[in-house]
Amino acid sequence: MGMTMAEKVLARRSGRAVVRPGDIVVTDVDLIVLADTVFSDTPDTLPTDLLRVAHPDRIVVLMDHGVPAPNERYARAQRRAREHARRLGFREVADVGGGGIEHQLIFERCLALPGQLVASNDSHTSAAGVLNCAARGLGLADILQLAATGRTWYRASPTVRFVLEGELPFGVYGKDVFLHLSQLYGSQEGHDIEFGGPGLETMPLDDRATLATMCTELNANFVMMPVDALLREHIAAVTDAAYEPVEPDADAEYAAVHVVDLADVKPRIALPHRINGNVRSAAAVAADGIRIDQAFIGSCANGKLSDLRIAARLLEGRRVADGVRLIVTPGSQAVYLEALRAGYIETLTEAGAVVTNSTCGACAGGHLGVLAPGEVCITSSTRNFRGRMGSADAEIYLASTATVAASAIEGVIADPMPHLVERPLV
Amino acid sequence: MTGTAEEWVFTGRARVFAEDDINTDQIMPRRGFELPPEEQSALVLDSIRPGWAATVRAGDILIAGRRFGCGSSRPAPLVLARTGIAAVVAESLGDIFLRNAVAYAVPVLECPGVLDVVAEGDDLEVRVARGTVANLTTGATAEATPLPTMLLDTIAAGGVHALLRRDGYLAPAD
Repeated sequence: MGMTMAEKVLARRSGRAVVRPGDIVVTDVDLIVLADTVFSDTPDTLPTDLLRVAHPDRIVVLMDHGVPAPNERYARAQRRAREHARRLGFREVADVGGGGIEHQLIFERCLALPGQLVASNDSHTSAAGVLNCAARGLGLADILQLAATGRTWYRASPTVRFVLEGELPFGVYGKDVFLHLSQLYGSQEGHDIEFGGPGLETMPLDDRATLATMCTELNANFVMMPVDALLREHIAAVTDAAYEPVEPDADAEYAAVHVVDLADVKPRIALPHRINGNVRSAAAVAADGIRIDQAFIGSCANGKLSDLRIAARLLEGRRVADGVRLIVTPGSQAVYLEALRAGYIETLTEAGAVVTNSTCGACAGGHLGVLAPGEVCITSSTRNFRGRMGSADAEIYLASTATVAASAIEGVIADPMPHLVERPLV
Repeated sequence: MTGTAEEWVFTGRARVFAEDDINTDQIMPRRGFELPPEEQSALVLDSIRPGWAATVRAGDILIAGRRFGCGSSRPAPLVLARTGIAAVVAESLGDIFLRNAVAYAVPVLECPGVLDVVAEGDDLEVRVARGTVANLTTGATAEATPLPTMLLDTIAAGGVHALLRRDGYLAPAD
């Protein structure tokens, strides 16, 4: 019997012939990503300094949750991260001015390559599935153990395979594909997700990356996408390093296989406080005329250059509605710089948006867009959980960047389609 | 840790959250991140039941629904345990929550069907290493697959930080 993509990566990395669901696999990994949050000097996080690590060349520190430091606690953690990286000889540090959100950096800098195993302390680590990496989030203590000893454990999961057919329709994005899957299939907890099918190849890499990131919100473990020509092109532009992709065996065993026609995907919105079981079409929600106080575009899911391009296109020559705050947080310094050169940041600023530095920012509720009680926000970030972006009495709607930008213009939750038809991306 | 090491017997009062999909933003809200540990733990599950943490008695056992602790990777099991909760038994657990429970030495059990045999305030006896839940109030029982030995050993050792300190990876505490 064959193996899925994730089973193959686990088997290869741990030196086993075969990995099956339920196996506890103890293994080293190819890339260990530590966010700034790992270095907090609390008793629960890193109470005293790390004295040695097994493989410093596999460890990168990507500071993103609170940069530049919004308070002294973050400032101390980041100073400590720099000190550890220097003393222990980590492979790389992406610091203020030289980085961005870790999942965006892993993708744009190809910090891991197809077929590799990736671990980070952040829950959206499945994002690296777009690179054909088996990647998932661990906890703060877990990642510390992995960084120190070089090894960690996984309980191999059964896999659900989504076969995407057709092509991504006009005005529909990776975020909408995720919301479509959430609506149709709901939580996939305890399972890996594997994507395939000709429809996947019609999706731009940014949209695939959004989809891989958001599968964390289906409670998936590893999320795997295959390598195709577009991905090879992206990698070749960054590095000439060799890599060994994984493909699923024809006789791999799946807990379920779902065929999804991308032609059925429409702009969708998750209503406040949870995603799964809580998704409606954007057109239906728009009919309710829900007033918003804040609109947020950013995060590891939707802080990409394509997101800033869409937002700038919809907002060019227009104004953010009175009484609405539009906050745009690029996913990385590279995205910021490219958006600056392309004129997107000028367009957004003229429209009344505020463009922040790249960080997790408002998505994690730490800074740069925290919500007050009673406020309503529509966001293209990762979660709409109660209290996620500030007050537990705020309401968060979650959608694609196009839907958020259209809503910022109208001042109420809007269907993006009329805006997109009027102004198709060129 | 109460109970004997081999059996890990926890006896205590059931505190039930039957809702599915209770996430770590609810267990460990962002607004507590900068607070001292006891103030942070006072906010546990506050957005669902305001003031709940203050009603926990040391040794209470949390009984939860499906996917308890889904969402962010923050160390929610630890902050929950600081309210006095001695063990968590859920229909199912978020993957990172389970990993964090092991890493922070919080006894947990995934026990499908537990909500059928336990109500708020019942007296329970939970054997974590054996995987059994006995309702001492009603006489009902439920069985589960316990965590693998390797993970139980991590909990028994006091969690990851204790292991790293023992093996010389982490500097001694002052």
